[in-house]
Amino acid sequence: MTPTAPTAGTTPATLRPAPPRALNLSRTTATATRVLRQLGHDPRTIAMMILIPCVMLFLLRYVFDGSPRTFDNIGASLLGIFPLITMFLVTSIATLRERTSGTLERLLAMPLGKGDLIAGYALAFGALAIVQSSLATGLAVWALGLDVTGSPWLLLLVALLDALLGTALGLFVSAFAASEFQAVQFMPAVIFPQLLLCGLFTPRDKMHPVLEAISDALPMSYAVDGMNEVLRHTDMTAAFVRDALVVAGCALLVLALGAATLRRRTA
Amino acid sequence: MMNYSSRPPDGPRAPGVPEPPGPQAPPPAPAVRAEALTVVRGPGTVLHDLHFTVPRGRITGLLGPSGCGKSTLMRAVVGTQAKVTGTLDVLGRPAGHPTLRSRIGYVTQAPSVFDDLTVRQNLDYFAAILDPGGRSAAERRHEHVTRAIADVDLTTHADALAGNLSGGQRSRVSLAVALLGAPELLVLDEPTVGLDPVLRRDLWTLFHSIAADRGATLLISSHVMDEAERCHRLLLMREGRILADDTPDSLRTRTDSETVEAAFLHLVDEATAADRTKEHTR
Repeated sequence: MTPTAPTAGTTPATLRPAPPRALNLSRTTATATRVLRQLGHDPRTIAMMILIPCVMLFLLRYVFDGSPRTFDNIGASLLGIFPLITMFLVTSIATLRERTSGTLERLLAMPLGKGDLIAGYALAFGALAIVQSSLATGLAVWALGLDVTGSPWLLLLVALLDALLGTALGLFVSAFAASEFQAVQFMPAVIFPQLLLCGLFTPRDKMHPVLEAISDALPMSYAVDGMNEVLRHTDMTAAFVRDALVVAGCALLVLALGAATLRRRTA
Repeated sequence: MMNYSSRPPDGPRAPGVPEPPGPQAPPPAPAVRAEALTVVRGPGTVLHDLHFTVPRGRITGLLGPSGCGKSTLMRAVVGTQAKVTGTLDVLGRPAGHPTLRSRIGYVTQAPSVFDDLTVRQNLDYFAAILDPGGRSAAERRHEHVTRAIADVDLTTHADALAGNLSGGQRSRVSLAVALLGAPELLVLDEPTVGLDPVLRRDLWTLFHSIAADRGATLLISSHVMDEAERCHRLLLMREGRILADDTPDSLRTRTDSETVEAAFLHLVDEATAADRTKEHTR
């Protein structure tokens, strides 16, 4: 089959599309830039994403004014939980909008790899998570006197992995939501059980054995455990490494599942 | 640089669109070839055993009442429709082939653009997907984006948020995205719906210059029959079947009608009558 005969006016300046590949760096960064630009037109959302965790930590510090030890425990856990929740919410709504507005269909009809799209989202929200977590961690450690034995950098690392996990979960559940109403309901459905079982309210080994077993299977438990490892130990412990790997592995697994929900052909 | 924004002062008008001049004669292989094309959606069959071709370098109008399967047919051609059976070749490849993704421009009925980006930011992003790369590509992309914005007459709104534009303006942003990358086949689902007459005329002039200057193929759906007169060929559809595959002229002659609209109604009446006889004899 010969392509249409080039016409007189065509010059080499015609766009030369690169063949589609699994992951294309410039398409990924273009997607990340686009997602950040979209957020850039919505400064209120950015302000809320960044300020709310700080305000909550501030509040928590004075709620537990009389028992700084409790603030240390809950504060460290929350540093891991905030990014997960925010990124979950933002990603699930953002991808749902992409699905319902037709832009996803258009993008998938173009030479964009599913991996490019997902990596682009992860990159953009990961960058936001760095800003959010740095501010929250900085505030907690230096201004509110959160007593961390280990390095605050490790706190930041776990917070980042949590943000990635939140992005992954949000992307995944958006496939099962037909509207924004349903998407926000996935937050109590997916996040709250993990919140109750992750050891924030009571140590996991003091729960009913069945619940403890369930909490062993939930990724947020490892996020909170990891935070507590940093809180108590000066060095990077083996338990910390395991926790971080579990959270990262879960995030990648869910991202892959999320990629599988992106269909080029739909009914 | 091919510049289809320099519109001829006197574009093709209704009625009786002139065929493109001789040297532009289309190559023998059609842009789209469908044989026994059937699409199932949910419990029902939306397209029933269609046979048709779309010639290269021409504007083919896909006309019919809403709900007759126009959009499904277009989605099948673009390769986003699931449950397609039969043969459907697009630009010499089976529809949905990965190499086709950069050769087809597609505009959905509802404008699919990012409402929270400006017009230029929208186009910048889609251009980066079509033509990724560093500095040299960026310059090329900038040029193409600027031209696409000019083509749809949105230069003065380039920095406005797409979400703040009117419905017609948003659908033109969507069209501009499809013009990026100089696609060989443009599939446009009701591109002129909700636009004022002047803009509609300008867009049809643009479509004709894209076909004539670049030899691109356009498949344009509409339920406005007066737009049919501006097409080189017509596919008339009704209830998932093709009623006619002809030029506007011979369609009018064949049915002894003044306009394509009258011809279409004539054919619909004929088909309805045939359906009734079939039911009676059953």
